[in-house]
Amino acid sequence: MKSLSKESILGLVTLGVIILMSMIAPGFLDLGNIYNMMFQLPEFGLLTLGMMVIIITGGIDLSITYVAALSGVIMAIMISSGVFLPFAILVGVLVALACGSLNGFIVSKIGVSPILVTLGTMVLFEGVILSITKGTSISGFPAAYNLIGNGYIGGVVPLSIIIFAAFAILTAVLLNKTEWGRQVYMLGSNPVATLFSGVNNSRVLMKVYLYGALLAAVAAIIMTSRYNSAKVDLGSSYLLQSVAAAVLGGTEIQGGYGKVIGTIYAVIIFQVLSNGLNLLGVDSSLVTVIMGAILIFVLTLNFATHTFRNKKQVAGQA
Amino acid sequence: MADYILEMMHVSKTFPGVKALDDVYLGIEQGEVHALVGENGAGKSTLIKVLAGVHAPDEGAEIFFEGEPAKIDKPIDATTMGVSVIYQDLSLFPNLSVAENICIGKDGRLPAWSFMNWKKMKRMAEEALDEMDVPIDVNKNVDDLSIAQQQMVEIARAIAFDAKLIVMDEPTSSLSHSEVEKLYNVIDKLKAKGISIIFISHKLKELFKVSDRISVLRDGKYIGSYHMDETTEEKLITLMVGRDVSYERKSRFNQIADEVVLELKQFTKKGNFKNISLQLKKGEILGITGLVGSGRSELAQAIFGLNKPDSGTLHLHGKKAKVRSSNEAMKHGIAYIPEDRKKQGLVLNQPVTNNISLPVLRNMKNPLRLLKKKDERKMADDYVERLDVRPALPDLKAMQLSGGNQQKVVISKWLATEPDILIIDEPTNGIDIGAKTEIHKLLQELADKGIAVIVISSELPEVLAVSDRILVMRQGRVVSEMSGHDASQEKIMNFAFLGSSDKEIS
Repeated sequence: MKSLSKESILGLVTLGVIILMSMIAPGFLDLGNIYNMMFQLPEFGLLTLGMMVIIITGGIDLSITYVAALSGVIMAIMISSGVFLPFAILVGVLVALACGSLNGFIVSKIGVSPILVTLGTMVLFEGVILSITKGTSISGFPAAYNLIGNGYIGGVVPLSIIIFAAFAILTAVLLNKTEWGRQVYMLGSNPVATLFSGVNNSRVLMKVYLYGALLAAVAAIIMTSRYNSAKVDLGSSYLLQSVAAAVLGGTEIQGGYGKVIGTIYAVIIFQVLSNGLNLLGVDSSLVTVIMGAILIFVLTLNFATHTFRNKKQVAGQA
Repeated sequence: MADYILEMMHVSKTFPGVKALDDVYLGIEQGEVHALVGENGAGKSTLIKVLAGVHAPDEGAEIFFEGEPAKIDKPIDATTMGVSVIYQDLSLFPNLSVAENICIGKDGRLPAWSFMNWKKMKRMAEEALDEMDVPIDVNKNVDDLSIAQQQMVEIARAIAFDAKLIVMDEPTSSLSHSEVEKLYNVIDKLKAKGISIIFISHKLKELFKVSDRISVLRDGKYIGSYHMDETTEEKLITLMVGRDVSYERKSRFNQIADEVVLELKQFTKKGNFKNISLQLKKGEILGITGLVGSGRSELAQAIFGLNKPDSGTLHLHGKKAKVRSSNEAMKHGIAYIPEDRKKQGLVLNQPVTNNISLPVLRNMKNPLRLLKKKDERKMADDYVERLDVRPALPDLKAMQLSGGNQQKVVISKWLATEPDILIIDEPTNGIDIGAKTEIHKLLQELADKGIAVIVISSELPEVLAVSDRILVMRQGRVVSEMSGHDASQEKIMNFAFLGSSDKEIS
């Protein structure tokens, strides 16, 4: 008897939520609404993928949205003052990677716990952004830049969702088909054993935080382009949501497990729920309450099935 | 007949695959200091844990405390009955004060619903310390105390709990000479108060100083109890070692090449090991033995790059080498199979395949740097077959295998790196007897193929069976080197317990 994997169950839940909303939420299936969701999803999805990879190692990155914001603000300043577009984007990505390497260095080389490191760098990056922007928002980009977050490919598919799909595939390949990806899972499960197996733990972790920062930079490009502006709280509402979505997607908060497909399902569930409830005219604060309740329910369920399966395994061993 | 405060009869304890205690008896007389000795793994700790309510004994055990049948299901039962155990790694709360540590968990005295009665607590703590005649400020944090003082706090806690029997597990192992004297004074005071003491130690000399009687365990069995004035150190060692266990020994001296693969010169790390110089030849099996805590594993991890030595040099194939991490060690052809299979050796919740390939993933990449999963699987299949891992299912998670098969997976993982030097720490810890001989054979085959092997083990029959040469370590130093065929258990034990000569003993 083979039971359904976590991800398949989540896929069914996603389907169920979509069907439910198409039936009860007025205008949910309207083309405009579907596009609406497709344009909102990529930035959140990218941040969540980054968070997921970090959580698989048993860490967390509380600075991820501020890395995105700092990178976005720098790009915005350069672009709005007429710097050559690809160059501005390159600098923005490099800024994010510098932030990621700072996190990675303190976590992997010094060994401070990730939650503390990134809590500190979160405040640090926020301060840097504030001192650059003085709290104002930066706007005024050329039309070419705005296309990244608002344009379509072939007039049908939003460009940003293609970018998201590309990075989702990249993440899946990196995690499942490369040495680094394998080491990420093994290290997340038992860092002592990987160390005793000749794995360079700190190099693996360093790359993890760099990759998270890269995804944050891509999310920053999409967000600044879509909003046509950048300021200190760019994407900050996604911070805890991305942790929640990663965990809802099946990623183990203590590390060792997490899949791209689960994370995508979770991101879609979040998107569909908030959109659908909004269409139903549910008060936005109540939407938050509902999302919280669903999250707690799913995580409790996950925990219960997990302990149950473990018990079975141990029993099977004897 | 003397009055017994404690009698444990027919105590057996079976762990999966291992019988740790087999019909053991222990009788402690009222007010005596009773020593408990045995080799590593003889069952001392397990017996104490049964007494402390940490482990439940198998069916059929009878325990009498002060003449009454006692039922010890959980630790609190032991404490309320009047048994306090002071473990080697002290179990204090470092961030709490001395007073809090002494009084913590004293239910009934400080009702749970009430606020803390700090005055009463401090007074109780002070009284307990006064009884031992040990001046320690009860307001201090335990963190700020020396190890010896912390131990006194633990003893004071036992007194505050009105303990009638105090068990001290290796109490002198981390104490200086003068601190040991102080501990003896405290023990005398406890004895004068009529408290009985079980004293566990590897230092036989000190047992003759403090104890009245001694009980010997060997391989989970009770050997006997003796009055200290009726016995000698030599007699005790013979009793501890016994003569019955031994594995078949295969002579393989002609296999050893002259080529020195690994050489250590004056390897030193403060608190771990001191002035270790050794040579390891191609195809040789070097056994390193000694008591737990003699610095063997620390030395191995230093060779493997996980424990940075303070001084000394390491030479590989005659060239001086720096090994600063496990990763570098691996690249130098050094493999280390750690003692703790479950924590250090394996990623338990991952498949056998992934565990075996973990150190050699870099060799399995296609031109796009993607993993060649078919090759990976084939390698895992090969090793599973070659080492006869059962069940032969590389998709199983490592945790689903038995101890012996888990060890084979760890060995596979390191063989995959094609090492020149294989260090294996307690190769058959917690493994049943059949798998043990298999692993011994395997180690000898590997040496025959030219791998230089270091076997670290507390199990003397094992060391004697596999080693071409044996080093005995004691308190961080090599105290003796002997060839495999001149060695005997008695000889090794003499060095391990007593050191090379009298002047070494503190």
